Amino acid sequence: MMGMEVRGKVANLLTHLILVTAGFVMVVPFVWMVSTALKGNSEIYIYPPTWVPAEIHLDNFARAWRYAPFGRFYVNSVFVAVTITLSQVVTSALAGYVFARVRFPGRDMIFYMYVATLIVPTQVTMLPLFLMMNELKWINTYKGLIMPFLANAFMVFFLRQFFSTIPMELEDAAKIDGCGRTRFIIQVLLPLSRPALASTGLFTFLGHWNSYIWPLIITNSTRMRTLPIGLRYFVEESGAQHNYMMAAALITVAPVVLLFFLAQRQFIESIARTGVKS
Amino acid sequence: MIDQAQAGFASRLRHYLKRPLLRQDLIAGVTYLVPSALSLLFFVIIPVVSALLLSFSKWELLSARDRAFIGLDNYAHLLTSAEFWNSIRNTVYFGVVKIPVDIVVALLIAMLLNREIRGLPFYRTIFFLPVITSTVAVSAVWRYMYDPNFGFANAILKWLGMPAQTWLYDPKLAMPSVILAALWKGLGYDIVIYLAGLRGIPRIYYEAAAIDGANNWQRFWKITWPLLSPVTYFILVMSIINSFRVFGQIHVLTPKGGPLRSTEVIVLYIYRKAFQEYRFGRAAAAAFVLFAIVTVLTQLQRRVIEPRVHYE
Repeated sequence: MMGMEVRGKVANLLTHLILVTAGFVMVVPFVWMVSTALKGNSEIYIYPPTWVPAEIHLDNFARAWRYAPFGRFYVNSVFVAVTITLSQVVTSALAGYVFARVRFPGRDMIFYMYVATLIVPTQVTMLPLFLMMNELKWINTYKGLIMPFLANAFMVFFLRQFFSTIPMELEDAAKIDGCGRTRFIIQVLLPLSRPALASTGLFTFLGHWNSYIWPLIITNSTRMRTLPIGLRYFVEESGAQHNYMMAAALITVAPVVLLFFLAQRQFIESIARTGVKS
Repeated sequence: MIDQAQAGFASRLRHYLKRPLLRQDLIAGVTYLVPSALSLLFFVIIPVVSALLLSFSKWELLSARDRAFIGLDNYAHLLTSAEFWNSIRNTVYFGVVKIPVDIVVALLIAMLLNREIRGLPFYRTIFFLPVITSTVAVSAVWRYMYDPNFGFANAILKWLGMPAQTWLYDPKLAMPSVILAALWKGLGYDIVIYLAGLRGIPRIYYEAAAIDGANNWQRFWKITWPLLSPVTYFILVMSIINSFRVFGQIHVLTPKGGPLRSTEVIVLYIYRKAFQEYRFGRAAAAAFVLFAIVTVLTQLQRRVIEPRVHYE
């Protein structure tokens, strides 16, 4: 019995040892980012690099913010990601409701066409979409950034699955009480679906907050750039010093990390539940 | 058959139109679908068809005169283009190295986390943090870490007594460097999926195996691995599709596709053809090859691997 206990303890110690080492590797880039973001202009050229800055330079953030219009990038990113998320929730809730609960001839065929759109890679559609936007003069506009993503078949599919689990009797009872379809959706169905809406909404928001290739293609002036694209050009073109770059990266990362700490369980459970890759 | 189906559809439609309650269903159903259907029609379905037509055309953005239907010429060009094959090779290299390492490490860490250890939420947070952070921001950090002069990567090598490297500027090292950054970024996602899978395996199997005297190794290969096979299958399919679509990380780390185009994966190739050389026809053909590869691989996996996957 003693042997078993000792073996268990050794195994536990080994487990933690491996996890701490792996965890350390995961954290290093973040520590490196924060540490560099706080360093002074001369300290970034010390080699081998220091871990703890000799002097804390909080003014790096103000400088980075001034070098490129990060405030503007923030507003653009928030506006684009929030508009897309809200629109997708509305269009998908309506469609999901139909596919889950309203029967009519041809419905299933339409549903298969929705699902079929999921297999198309963005890399295929972005080329004609760009040409379309070019014709419409939507390049470098919010319309160009937002319009292609007003609906998304994955969210339709996900909400349909969720709506199917809500008993039909509930709707029948509501109907008998004189509650119309739209009112049923708004006052009964959506409140009951809050967890499902929260998970898909969270991932849609995150996906578009971090979105890269489309905003890169569709914007061509600084004032229309979203945060990732603004940061990308800041890193690529400004020739700015590394401490300002890392300060800018930290500014970009901070809100999502904050959101993650606030809604951590939501994040993890949604992934395990839906298997969405943002 | 089709005529019959159509007749059935038409008669059912008439049936629905005749009855007020059913007619209401039909009208509401169609109305509620309008916003999403129009959006998908204009921004997915029409673009796919246009992309196909585009791939059969010569289409230069800058001169309207340089546009013509040329049949399969773009595809024929791709077949003989060294640049295109290079991008395919790089994509396969990326996936073939990254995916197995990712699966082994993610499963190992998930199994360790599943040992009812203390501090699980803490570890989970750490592994998951790279997944949700902005690709551009963390790629900027990695790019700086790989900096040959002031980067952290060379500091480690120096500490280990090894010669300094040029990382992203070295044609041989650029792709492995990119893969390492990609592994770091995506690992937490697969850990969370594996962890959920491990939680789903009933403890009683392990207890029964312990009574029968099975050792850890046997328990892993006879219980854990087969019962996790649907999860592994899911991760494998997603990873392969995603490795063919990888763009952002590589574009930030090596904006020009790396030294000697050593990190130019297929989407970087498409991006360069369309948005730097303005050859939309050729880019569209490459995009359709990408589409075809992803579709064939998913089907292949469904036919060949899925039958061997153990479902409970």
